[in-house]
Amino acid sequence: MTTLLTVEDLRVTFPTRQGPSEVVRGVSFTLGRERLGIVGESGSGKSQTGRAILGLTPPPGKAMAKVLDFDGIDLRAASPATWRTLRGARMSMVMQDPKFSLNPVMTIGRQLMEALKFGATQPRSEAKARAIAMLEAVQIRDPERVFRAYPHELSGGMGQRAMIAMMLVTEPDLLIADEPTSALDVTVQVEVLRILDRLVAERGMGLIFISHDLRLVSSFCDRVLVMYAGRVVEELKASELKQAQHPYTRGLMNCLPQIEGGQRPLPVLERDAAWAR
Amino acid sequence: MTALSRREWLLSDQPKSRRQARLGQVYRTWLAFRSNWLAMVGLAIVLILILVAVLADVIAPFDPVIGGDLRTERFLPPLSEGHLFGTDDLARDIFSRIVHGSRLTLMVVVLVAVIATPIGLLVGTTSGYFGGWTDTVLMRVTDIFLAFPRLILALAFVAALGPGIENAIIAIAITSWPPYARLARAETLTIRDSDYISAARLQGASSARILWYHITPLCLSSVIIRVTLDMAGIILTAAGLGFLGLGAQPPQPEWGAMIASGRRFLIDQWWVATVPGIAIFIVSLGFNLLGDGLRDVLDPKARK
Amino acid sequence: MGEVMLSVESLGVTFTRGGDTVRAVRGVSFDVARGESFGIVGESGSGKSTVLRAICGLAPTSAGRIALGGQTLATPRPATFYRQVQMVFQDPYASLHPRHTVDKVLSEPLAIHGFSDREARIEQALADVGLGPSFRFRYPHQLSGGQRQRVAVARALILEPQILLLDEPTSALDASIQAEVLNLLDRLRAERGLTYLMVSHDLAVVAHMCERLIVMQHGLAVEELTRAALAAHRAETDYTRALLAASAGYTPATA
Repeated sequence: MTTLLTVEDLRVTFPTRQGPSEVVRGVSFTLGRERLGIVGESGSGKSQTGRAILGLTPPPGKAMAKVLDFDGIDLRAASPATWRTLRGARMSMVMQDPKFSLNPVMTIGRQLMEALKFGATQPRSEAKARAIAMLEAVQIRDPERVFRAYPHELSGGMGQRAMIAMMLVTEPDLLIADEPTSALDVTVQVEVLRILDRLVAERGMGLIFISHDLRLVSSFCDRVLVMYAGRVVEELKASELKQAQHPYTRGLMNCLPQIEGGQRPLPVLERDAAWAR
Repeated sequence: MTALSRREWLLSDQPKSRRQARLGQVYRTWLAFRSNWLAMVGLAIVLILILVAVLADVIAPFDPVIGGDLRTERFLPPLSEGHLFGTDDLARDIFSRIVHGSRLTLMVVVLVAVIATPIGLLVGTTSGYFGGWTDTVLMRVTDIFLAFPRLILALAFVAALGPGIENAIIAIAITSWPPYARLARAETLTIRDSDYISAARLQGASSARILWYHITPLCLSSVIIRVTLDMAGIILTAAGLGFLGLGAQPPQPEWGAMIASGRRFLIDQWWVATVPGIAIFIVSLGFNLLGDGLRDVLDPKARK
Repeated sequence: MGEVMLSVESLGVTFTRGGDTVRAVRGVSFDVARGESFGIVGESGSGKSTVLRAICGLAPTSAGRIALGGQTLATPRPATFYRQVQMVFQDPYASLHPRHTVDKVLSEPLAIHGFSDREARIEQALADVGLGPSFRFRYPHQLSGGQRQRVAVARALILEPQILLLDEPTSALDASIQAEVLNLLDRLRAERGLTYLMVSHDLAVVAHMCERLIVMQHGLAVEELTRAALAAHRAETDYTRALLAASAGYTPATA
């Protein structure tokens, strides 16, 4: 498998009144054309990891890494011009809530076309055809209507699909999805995941799937990184999650209630200060 | 208690009493405010205004109303012996008049704030919280007041009530509450349906209690910011009424009235009108800087 | 089933918004016995939260009857109602007043209902939800999500109600914190013989907490199940089966 992205010793720090605070502390991994899950609880640094790869660490935060290589391009030294050719066109990001990621005063169609403009130069009619085809690809039944619709006219699931369509219309090599389905109902969630799954399989896209939901990630991804307090505490194959070694991963799995009934009271995760070290 | 431990006590994450929690909150706000030097300049100007107003009798070397020798002491230029800002057409010391005038300015500011803020808050929160008919009636009344330019409406009130600084204050207060009502209503609309207001309702809290204990404290900061920013305008309106002869009456040392009487001599004795003008400018600027600083620390929406 | 504590009969809730009428709840009926824990499961827009809000008078009832202990509830709810029924909201970041300390949050209901021994009650309430006295004078922004939700539970319980309405009490929390809060709710129910009515989109949470449940879709109750039936995946309707399948995680499309 070809390596698409190499991250070595990624660190993200934010200055605070008490001095700099490191929210990502030495994360390393490589990504091929596969589905990689990053799981962790709030504050584990999983979202900041995703943002740092795209160079989107919000100021005044700073991201540093020994190696941050995307398909032979050193992202650490990338100029704003390089970033413009990469973001959107070759790597993009799906955020948690479509309400905040879609421009409320532009139709979905215009936003899709806008995304395409930064990719390749092509006639308008062809761009529109591609946009409509993309909307179809994300299982939107009435693409012509959605093309003309404003974001507020769409339901949550529809909006999220439009968002994914916008991120994918340029056919990126790398997609970072930060909790792409948490705002959606479970039945819609499965459909959205199917779309992502197919894109990885058919187009050979690399996917980083960031989520708090261990059950979902383990059933969807090939590999899982478990993050705790800014570090990767365990990396394992999704199929081998049941054999997880680290007490945090095990605790995270055990504390979920089961439909089939389980322990009562639920086992509570006992945090060990040594994990964060 | 040493300075360091007092700081730690204030910034403690685990306050041990109501007082410590409240003081800690105030101290944190103060720390944020202090880091903004422009706001500190504004605060200094306002504090100096208050200090000067309180100590006017001590600071002013001359009587503000009774002038000196009309034959020798009229129109003395600034920096003359004993007259820092010179004297006016009636041989009165301008510095002493400015110092005493600060009392009138401060009175205008305080009284307008004390009258207009509660009216605005009450009308706005009530209107926003209850909605429906209450909202329609209260907001149309507000609209009527908003439809007139403030100075014109104040002029009408003063014309009806008779000229004088007290009537000017009442007129300004009556004309300045509508924007606060609008603001408080908008804030109330955003918090009215929040879970913590529902929770208060579920505890059986009466509407008055919810308005007073739960909604008003949240609207207060944005209204205070707005009032502070409006102070410059209020001072200017008071000065404008004074200038038109409808505010403070001679021989009161009101800054606007001083400009009005000094404008006749503007070409030859420029300082008579200019010095009170500068005083108005500095105080207005002070309130604006203070308001901006307050917005940065109190209004979560303006925070970066 | 034992004595019926809360009874909802063909409840309808209709909102009018700018000319449109939205029928959020369309004839939902269920009974909750004293000491029972009853669940309502559904996706967003199914009307499950509206049922809770209608019970406590936050949403208008347009049809049907809600009875507490056999007595039909009057609108607006009398003050005594709030001594019997309290609610815990979904988002602990939105359900605590940002300018009130924990102490203020807990003393407010006591002040409204004229309790005298407030000091002792506040300290007891904090201890009951596993928060020490050091939390008493903190502001919400000085608390984590789990701690906030504990404060919200303490606020709901300080009036010693018999019924607790739980509106997705853990959906905004991390999994490990969810376990702690669910255990807390479980323990409090056992200790005080409380009756729970819990709303959630998460079948596993409801299966863990509730003995019986209804599944809601588009404002209708589509199915009523017991915990045992749910555990055995014995669902009657397609919709419930789809929910069950989806909550097991991702399954590749059956090609």
